[in-house]
Amino acid sequence: MSGPVSILSRGDYLIASIQGDLSDAEVVEFRDDVAERLGSHDARGVVVEVAALDVIDSFVARALRSIAVTARLRGAETVIAGIQPEVAIAMVHFKLDLAPLRTALDLDDALELLQRSLYARANE
Amino acid sequence: MSSRSSSAEDVESRVDDSLLRELVSLLRDRRTELREEWVHRITDADLLNVMTPEEIFGEVTAVYDNYVDVLETGSVETLRAYARDLSERIIPRGVETDEVLGIVLLLRDVLARALFVHYVRDGELLNSIFNAYEPAANRIAVTVSVSFVEERERVIREQQEAIRELSTPVLQVRNQLLILPIIGVLDAERARQLTEQLLGAIQSSRAKVVVIDITGVGTIDQAVANHIFQAVEAAQLMGASAIITGLSAKIAQTIVELGVDLSMLTTAGDLQGGLEEAERILGLGATDAP
Repeated sequence: MSGPVSILSRGDYLIASIQGDLSDAEVVEFRDDVAERLGSHDARGVVVEVAALDVIDSFVARALRSIAVTARLRGAETVIAGIQPEVAIAMVHFKLDLAPLRTALDLDDALELLQRSLYARANE
Repeated sequence: MSSRSSSAEDVESRVDDSLLRELVSLLRDRRTELREEWVHRITDADLLNVMTPEEIFGEVTAVYDNYVDVLETGSVETLRAYARDLSERIIPRGVETDEVLGIVLLLRDVLARALFVHYVRDGELLNSIFNAYEPAANRIAVTVSVSFVEERERVIREQQEAIRELSTPVLQVRNQLLILPIIGVLDAERARQLTEQLLGAIQSSRAKVVVIDITGVGTIDQAVANHIFQAVEAAQLMGASAIITGLSAKIAQTIVELGVDLSMLTTAGDLQGGLEEAERILGLGATDAP
């Protein structure tokens, strides 16, 4: 895999982390890799960590949404973690919407959020 | 004075210089008399009435000497520094721009009249004296007024900054819960700062819920309303929910006119309701966790 990304499995979760700005081709590759890993691992939750990104443009936003939809179709939930304040302001300014994605402050919060919603689902 | 190239102008500038020297020594000789005349004119014009006569006399003496120095040297630096210093002292006491300008123009007139009386027998010399005096006197008037206005603007800028810092605290009520009480006038610049402050606080305090209370905001325009929504959305991108409380009827109407999607917005009537709602959101998280 090229580009500064890493995809790890941890129990029921898949943790995909972007460690630097990606080219459009790398974004596509990242999206496809995550989808593939979702297939081979029976993950119930996915965290995409974007704390290292200085910019989230419409292309990246679409890739993130697409990851979430793929995960949903395989029965997994997705949380985007670590959007930086300046990035959040810019995204809102350019009306980039991540809905229906869920967001969390960082990896810890994202895992907690997943845990909670999986627990809630199990108790339904 | 700018450098001259032609010899004719050289001669003229030398004449100017000698005339200047002559009028400077004249003004120095008659310092006491002219200074008092100036003070009388200031008092008659009802200027500077926030200051005592002794204070006025002290400042007037300093300005007079500075004034004559500028005529002599052509350099306004000392005068500018003095005018800044003076402005710093008199602005807090409520001295207005028109007073300062009026005083400087009065001195110009007092001196001009003294020159006129002194040289009235020789019309041509009087003309040359005024040629030398007027540009310098005008430059002094401009320097003093500009220094005063600049000092005033500096004070206003400082105060604006102080108000800004004072009026937008981000308070941590308890773990994961922040309150942002907004008081006063919200303009686009302040709304932008507020957003930055809020997001920074969410990151540093790991807040999950933010209550933005705008009870203390009288009215907002649509641009500012938009800014507030953007702050709410940005907070959500960082994993925190925002609750807006204390919307006045007027502000509510502005928001309705904006036609924004209200489904993303959580609101409560007052701060108490907002805090209850916040506790509910946070409590849900706590009881549901395994």
